[in-house]
Amino acid sequence: MNTAAAPPPSPRALARRRRREALRSFAREYARRRAGMVGLAGLLALVVLALAAPLLVDPGDLTVTRAPGAAFEPPSARFPLGTDDYGRSILDLIIWGSRVSLAVGFLATVVSVSLGTLVGITAGHFGAGGGAAGRLLSSVLMRLTDWFLVLPTLVLAVALAAVLPRGTGTIILAIGLTVWPATARLVRAQTLAVEARPYVERARALGGGHLHVMAWHVLPNVLPVVLAQTTLLVATSIIAESTLAFLGVGDPTTISWGGILESARNAGAISSGIWWYMIPPGLAIALVALAFTLCGRALEAVIDPRLREQR
Amino acid sequence: MSTVETGAEAPAPGGGDGTPVLRARGVRVVFTSGFGGGRAAARAVDGVDLDVAPGEIVALVGESGCGKTTLGRVLLGLERPTSGTVEFEGDPLGYSSRDLRAYRRRVQLVQQDPTGSLNPRRTVYESVAEGLRIHGGTTADEAERVTRALSRAGLRPPERFLSRYPYELSGGQRQRVVIAGALVLEPEVLVADEPVASLDASVRGEILRLLLELRDELGLSALIATHDLGLAWNIADRVAVMYLGRVVELGTVEEVLSEPRHPYTRALLSVLPEAGGDPVVLAGEPPDPKKVPGGCRFHPRCPVLASGEAGRAGVADRCRTEDPGVLPGGAGAHTTACHWARAREGTSPGTA
Amino acid sequence: MTSLLDVRDLHVTYRSGGGEVPAVRGVDLSLDPGGTLGLAGESGSGKSTVALALLRLLPETARVTGAVELAGEDVLTMRWGRLRAVRWSEAAIVFQGAMHSLNPVRRVGEQIAEPLLIHRTVPRERVGDRVAELLEQVGLPASRAADHPHQLSGGQRQRVMIAMALACEPRLIVADEATTALDVMIQAQILALLKRLVAEHGIGMLMISHDLSVLADTCDRVAVMYAGRVVEEGPAREVMGAPAHPYAAALGAAFPRIGDPASRRAPRGLPGDPPDPADPPPGCVFRPRCPVAEEVCATVDPPLWPVAPDAGGRSPRRAACVHVGPVGEGVR
Repeated sequence: MNTAAAPPPSPRALARRRRREALRSFAREYARRRAGMVGLAGLLALVVLALAAPLLVDPGDLTVTRAPGAAFEPPSARFPLGTDDYGRSILDLIIWGSRVSLAVGFLATVVSVSLGTLVGITAGHFGAGGGAAGRLLSSVLMRLTDWFLVLPTLVLAVALAAVLPRGTGTIILAIGLTVWPATARLVRAQTLAVEARPYVERARALGGGHLHVMAWHVLPNVLPVVLAQTTLLVATSIIAESTLAFLGVGDPTTISWGGILESARNAGAISSGIWWYMIPPGLAIALVALAFTLCGRALEAVIDPRLREQR
Repeated sequence: MSTVETGAEAPAPGGGDGTPVLRARGVRVVFTSGFGGGRAAARAVDGVDLDVAPGEIVALVGESGCGKTTLGRVLLGLERPTSGTVEFEGDPLGYSSRDLRAYRRRVQLVQQDPTGSLNPRRTVYESVAEGLRIHGGTTADEAERVTRALSRAGLRPPERFLSRYPYELSGGQRQRVVIAGALVLEPEVLVADEPVASLDASVRGEILRLLLELRDELGLSALIATHDLGLAWNIADRVAVMYLGRVVELGTVEEVLSEPRHPYTRALLSVLPEAGGDPVVLAGEPPDPKKVPGGCRFHPRCPVLASGEAGRAGVADRCRTEDPGVLPGGAGAHTTACHWARAREGTSPGTA
Repeated sequence: MTSLLDVRDLHVTYRSGGGEVPAVRGVDLSLDPGGTLGLAGESGSGKSTVALALLRLLPETARVTGAVELAGEDVLTMRWGRLRAVRWSEAAIVFQGAMHSLNPVRRVGEQIAEPLLIHRTVPRERVGDRVAELLEQVGLPASRAADHPHQLSGGQRQRVMIAMALACEPRLIVADEATTALDVMIQAQILALLKRLVAEHGIGMLMISHDLSVLADTCDRVAVMYAGRVVEEGPAREVMGAPAHPYAAALGAAFPRIGDPASRRAPRGLPGDPPDPADPPPGCVFRPRCPVAEEVCATVDPPLWPVAPDAGGRSPRRAACVHVGPVGEGVR
């Protein structure tokens, strides 16, 4: 008797519409945070710059042999940020270097966040209600996390980069494999909180298995935290890449901000007072890190689960 | 004080001869808590037999810590009993993941807090369809079954609710969504833990009425764990009163609530507002399942023993030393795990 | 005659993100010294907001108008220093959820002593004795003063909260759902304790609960609130036994009397949900859920009206329903 008169206009479509609405209100909320908007604008500008680099800079000018200027020219109209020891424009180098720095930052973050989320959810889920075997798996994972956490990131990354073949991929892997433990810890804590909610018990009573609980209930509730963590990690990864390059572990043939800094040090820019070689790449790193941090903080504030559940 | 005629009406529907749909047999759950070997084990459920007949509503009444929630979890297969068995339609419940999966289509849970029972990031449609998706993936008639379950649970017209999020609903509506999520799998039994305790007074009756309707129209059985004797009076057929891990009194609602025999049940009823008569307020704290007293587990707080009445009936020593045993869980006689009550009745049924 | 507590035309409005949400919309209450008044209602009825408004404990986002007179002094216009003195020494609140209201790292005795020290009601060297005395009054051994809150059970913590409330010998105790989270038996213990203390010390008590039957059992008078208004008020037995307002009737019937054949297998409730306080329906706010609503209810918002008045138009009981007052008369 209770069959609906007309079948609903596809619940899935309705759900999609609700998702879109939620996304829109999320965007509105974010737009109200000035610091977040400044960060976002800076970020977009940088990404556009990196993508447009081939239009702005002739890669030929960046080779040591075909450098356009003389060594160590101070800033001028032709070279707004001066030239390096081979006579290449520092501005060009920085524009070109943004490509590697951003790419490494993003990809290393993807690696570390995926790994951290996977480990965190698994450890949290099986630690909360997986029986004896589950608890064992959980504590093994967490000891592993702790081990990586106390290991000095840089030392590990240097060691990894030294063992693996040289190249951008290695740098990404080295950073990705060393930054994940913090994410894992964070995700695990959040997972434990979600696992304690009655709806997880309800899902179990409905017959849902581990995969169902983790994918259907835990992941969507952990995702906001992960998202905020991601933006913060990009900044960390870019700095890590620069540090590795600065220490000479990176691929010497690619141009990145850290690499520029390293060449400046090798060329004795510090002692000879050639500030235009040192300061601009350092500033670029600081600005990107700042932009990501601003975005991350704003995201964190908007999606704070405590604030959202009160609605 | 009470002026009600004893269950002269027809007894519980379906409470007759057939196999109980759900049965606990000698269920015991012992929790051992962390810190070394020095800590005593908590006997949360300490030997319970209880049957739920097809189409029967059984109320499991007791105070917090009496083990009613744990017993409910055991019956749902969420907790494995330390000893004893759960039987569904006469067959013992297996604990392999395939057995449990099949079992969970047929016995459903309704929790106390409807706000916490729904994932805040899932729409009503998704929450109700969750059970369907777990069992057998997405089917073509999924949407139809979800809307049918919603309107069955009293959310009409269901289309209005499909795309809502839990925070947009009232407490009563949320509990209806939870019930719809249980109904969508067309189960035989609902196990509910305080289903109305966190709802507003005026909404409470509506949810209880829904549970009664589901029994009358779908033949659904239910086991409802609650501290609320009024709930039992409102909808249950039989009541089991639990104290410290045991059922201490069992019978039809009319028998147990109108003519309570166990001193604990009597005390619980006497302190209700408007009970009339003198309230028997038990002193002291709720008992600790880590320290179950010997003899009758109620004897340290028992007003009948304290007043010397048990002594006059000649059972005081037995109260202190002899465990009155586990009551049989089936429908039938009004039974009590109390030496004094049995001495008064001149019978001693159910001593295990 | 001065009453202990006199609330007149109390309005409380919360400012929230979108706009203004009225939580209390014109409440009058009065309580004589040593009397007990129960305030019943569901979540969102405004009953807890009233309790907080009595001692000006509402957050800054709340706008409060009207008058709250405690022994003749208006609490709402009182100066800050005087308000501090009034809090606890004149009127004390016992909240629900005693675990959260007690500081987990302080001993129970220290916490009971805190109001004594703040208000300097007893000389410093007598504080220990007074704490012991208070603990015994609420039925706990004095040795419990050395315990931390986690060492006590829920009922014992609620007793400690009551001892704290009694510390400065207030003339009014506000018990806000003080027994709600407790088990039946512990609830009975606490209610018996409150009844005894109120009678022995001549303290006035305002008791707030969602359970009308508990209030009817404990208080002389009760007021039933719905959507920010008092809809019925009068002697507890009469309101419970023969309610005049359909909402009071529904609230009374929600918890059945065991043994009453009328409620056996017949749970009673109200369809629908309480109205959205930001957008109440026109006319009588209860109309959408009312079993006896009539056409006129859609337009008329009835005021409190005497129920079955005597020849002089007086009655101990008032209700806000068109079925009580003459339709069309006395309508605001």
